[in-house]
Amino acid sequence: MQSQWPSICAIASAVQAGTTSASELVERALIAIAKKDEYKAIIATTETRARQRALTIDKQVSDGLAVGRLAGVPFIAKDNFLVFGADTTAASNILRGFSAPYQSVAIEKLEAEGAICVAKANLDAFAHGSSTENSDFMTTKNPHDSTRVPGGSSGGSAAAVMLDLAPFALGTDTGGSIRLPASYCGAVGYKPTYGLVSRSGVVAMASSTDVIGPLTRSVEDAAMVLDVMAGKDALDGTTIERESAGYTNLAGALPSKVGVIKEYMAEGIDPAVKGQIVAAIDALKARSVEVVEISLPSLSAALAAYYILCPAEVSSNLSRYDGQRFGHSDLEARTLDESYGRSRSTGFGREAKRRIMIGTYVLSSGYYDAYYVKAQTVRTKLIAEFNEAFQSVDFLLGPTAPNTAFKIGENIKDPLQMYLIDILTVAANLVGVPAISLPAGSANDMPVGLQIMAAQKNDRALLTFAKAYEELLA
Amino acid sequence: MINAELRKSYTVTIGIECHVQLKTATKLFSAVGNDARDAEPNTLVSHIDFGMPGALPVLNSEAVRLAVKAAFALGTEPERFSKFDRKHYFYPDLPKGYQISQFDEPIIGKGSLEIVVDGETKVIGITRAHMEEDAGKSTHPAGKDYSLVDLNRAGTPLLEIVSEPDMHSSAEAKAYARELYLRMRYADVSEANLYYGNMRFDVNVSVSKTSELGTRTETKNLNSFRSVEKSVEYEVDRQIEVLEKGGVIVQETRGWDDAKQRTFSQRSKENADDYRYMPDPDIPPIVLSEEYIAEIGAAMPVMPDAWRKRLSSLGLDRAQTETLLDAQVEFSKEGYLQLLEAMLDNQAFAKQVANWLVNIDIPFMRDYDQPIKVQRVVLYGAIAELIGDGKLSSTNAKALITELLAAESLPDDIAVYAADKGYIQESDEAAIAAIVARVLKDNPQAANDVKNGELKAIGFLTGQVMKASQGKANPGLASQLIKKQLTD
Repeated sequence: MQSQWPSICAIASAVQAGTTSASELVERALIAIAKKDEYKAIIATTETRARQRALTIDKQVSDGLAVGRLAGVPFIAKDNFLVFGADTTAASNILRGFSAPYQSVAIEKLEAEGAICVAKANLDAFAHGSSTENSDFMTTKNPHDSTRVPGGSSGGSAAAVMLDLAPFALGTDTGGSIRLPASYCGAVGYKPTYGLVSRSGVVAMASSTDVIGPLTRSVEDAAMVLDVMAGKDALDGTTIERESAGYTNLAGALPSKVGVIKEYMAEGIDPAVKGQIVAAIDALKARSVEVVEISLPSLSAALAAYYILCPAEVSSNLSRYDGQRFGHSDLEARTLDESYGRSRSTGFGREAKRRIMIGTYVLSSGYYDAYYVKAQTVRTKLIAEFNEAFQSVDFLLGPTAPNTAFKIGENIKDPLQMYLIDILTVAANLVGVPAISLPAGSANDMPVGLQIMAAQKNDRALLTFAKAYEELLA
Repeated sequence: MINAELRKSYTVTIGIECHVQLKTATKLFSAVGNDARDAEPNTLVSHIDFGMPGALPVLNSEAVRLAVKAAFALGTEPERFSKFDRKHYFYPDLPKGYQISQFDEPIIGKGSLEIVVDGETKVIGITRAHMEEDAGKSTHPAGKDYSLVDLNRAGTPLLEIVSEPDMHSSAEAKAYARELYLRMRYADVSEANLYYGNMRFDVNVSVSKTSELGTRTETKNLNSFRSVEKSVEYEVDRQIEVLEKGGVIVQETRGWDDAKQRTFSQRSKENADDYRYMPDPDIPPIVLSEEYIAEIGAAMPVMPDAWRKRLSSLGLDRAQTETLLDAQVEFSKEGYLQLLEAMLDNQAFAKQVANWLVNIDIPFMRDYDQPIKVQRVVLYGAIAELIGDGKLSSTNAKALITELLAAESLPDDIAVYAADKGYIQESDEAAIAAIVARVLKDNPQAANDVKNGELKAIGFLTGQVMKASQGKANPGLASQLIKKQLTD
């Protein structure tokens, strides 16, 4: 598919030069959104505010004032980002009608550079899921085959980019929620080092693994968006300093040596997917890159650990949705306890309830040590194994997903099967390392994603390699 | 009523948890003002305090600094590593559905402090102290079908100090509460305003006839030393009465009715709550460097026990010393103890000033609602000199001190001022001898009584001399001269 959008840099340059207007770009995005409505990628547009912002930027340009390096670039935010101009629902009934009183820091930073949010993308409610089928509102369809899922939970964002609705979209990645839909839809999905982008103003899923990142058509665009968002933030105590060189102007040779994760190429991976990954690795070898196999034995327990730690944090983070101050409140309730019970049981969907139940269970007195503490032990071990691996190679490779996009409804009855789809992505979240999913051909007529990980705070190096690799795979 | 003998047959065990509000400018995790005293409801609330979606707590480093000071004040040092945890429960004044607290790795570990009760010194152990955020305030208007929630207080930084069950009487409990109060004030970590609930005590009490501890009750939210004392007394007698009647003590939370001076049952604790504690992933652990700790330790103000030692050379009695220690915080601007400390190389003078502080200055301050403008060290130096020279009676000294404490500034020469005001006593022997001669002549009966050995008549005659001199005569000198003239 040829995109109607040039690179983000090119768009901004055109706006800055006055050869195109922000208003024109916003209209182009809104028209595309309306045209592709059948894919259900978008929950709501922020058209009124977007048009106003576009007019402001166009006025600044005509007045000869400086405009930012994302001037007039339209984008789409996953609906768990607090944004002005439309409700923020996290695709959940309990937040239906919630109008954000403040904006997320990531949005503020993008707006400060002139980017314009035009719409809110669909997701699995509260980002719980791998297909967007857990959205309380609708299921997004895969741009390549509308009978298939786009992946999740940032499925609306990935589909939006590949449906060409906007030059980029924002997602969140707690266990693979940017990379998996990028893989299923054929987009570039970037999960930064934990803490590199402020989480302030993003509806929390699992605070210790949540990260914010871009979904784009190219590594260069992803790097540009990251460069604007990255850095320490006074509103998020877990943020870290950005790299001094920043994340743009990426240029560099391929690395001399990379590692392929043994466990990621083992049984359970669709052979057609594996074939594409092997081909991608062979392309590296053809460029004289040494490829070694790296084993990370604790990966076998990573998914189990993730599905203890994540629900534990989810059950805690969802406590604030209690029907007392904002969002859905069951007005039939006659007592306080009834209000809590009814508001939450009618406001939360099945998957949120499942995770609250699991999380509450593993945090309960008497079970905490057996589950939560043990899972943290696995996490610590996994971190040690990754650290060791990064002593010998700078990058670890493997597929992003064990399969390609599956049929809508195929896994909906089997939560365990659905959780297994995250098997190759959760480790990067537990370890906090940066990871990217790059398009790597197709299998079963659907896109395949190649995943590359680097050590913590090596985002620039990872993006540099990814850019070189992208050219190689093209 | 329980008689004293029966009460004696029980061992009382008391442990106290104290919530101290740290005096930061802003809340523990948000940049909103911390002083809710005069604020309209829900005006000191940010998206963080309100528990908005996407809101993240950011630790206030000033609260950490105050907690480190509190550690030194509790006779220990802060832990090098501590972390925050989430304590989960649902209540409308707890917006996030969890309270951010410190569960298993608090910022302060074991410490101790000394109390003195009936002349005996006792060491009370501190189990731990941890930082946590306060909840909001719920009110339930009588007869209404709604409750009101004010979140101004939500997120206020608290330090919860937990004692060992080392106290065994209401007097010890009261002494511990006061000592804790003094230390928090001297360390300047809290306004510790009891009236506004800046310090609240939860008192755990049990009684037992054996070496095994009895079932305890917890009386919550006491905000005065007296209510700590009285609630323990009430609770001890209540528990003994229940046990003597063959009943059992229910482990429960109780409240204190100050009007009726009794505790009342609030809620049973038989089913232990499961708070599902979990490390808070939004707040990185607190890791303190040796340098940071040493810096704060070196700048620590002097604690009450150190002041007691410093003042001990003055030979004050315990009540006087404690009055000074209390006054130091009650009138913190006056710097009483620093004043005394500066005089310590002149012990006699320092002791005299201490007496004036306790007997004149502090009582005066209790009725005086304006700032003091004069320099006490100059005032008391001049007064001491006048007394030393025999020019000022103690009665007049008190009047002069009180008058000058309220002055805009001290007169250039206090002696001249005192003379002008008629406070100086006559010590000119010839002048007083003349008055004595006149008085003896006017009171022949009394003079005769003295000659006949009735010494109490000397007092009468001295009084007459004082009267004749309009209070200016040095009374000691006057009585000497009376005796002298009558025996000559």
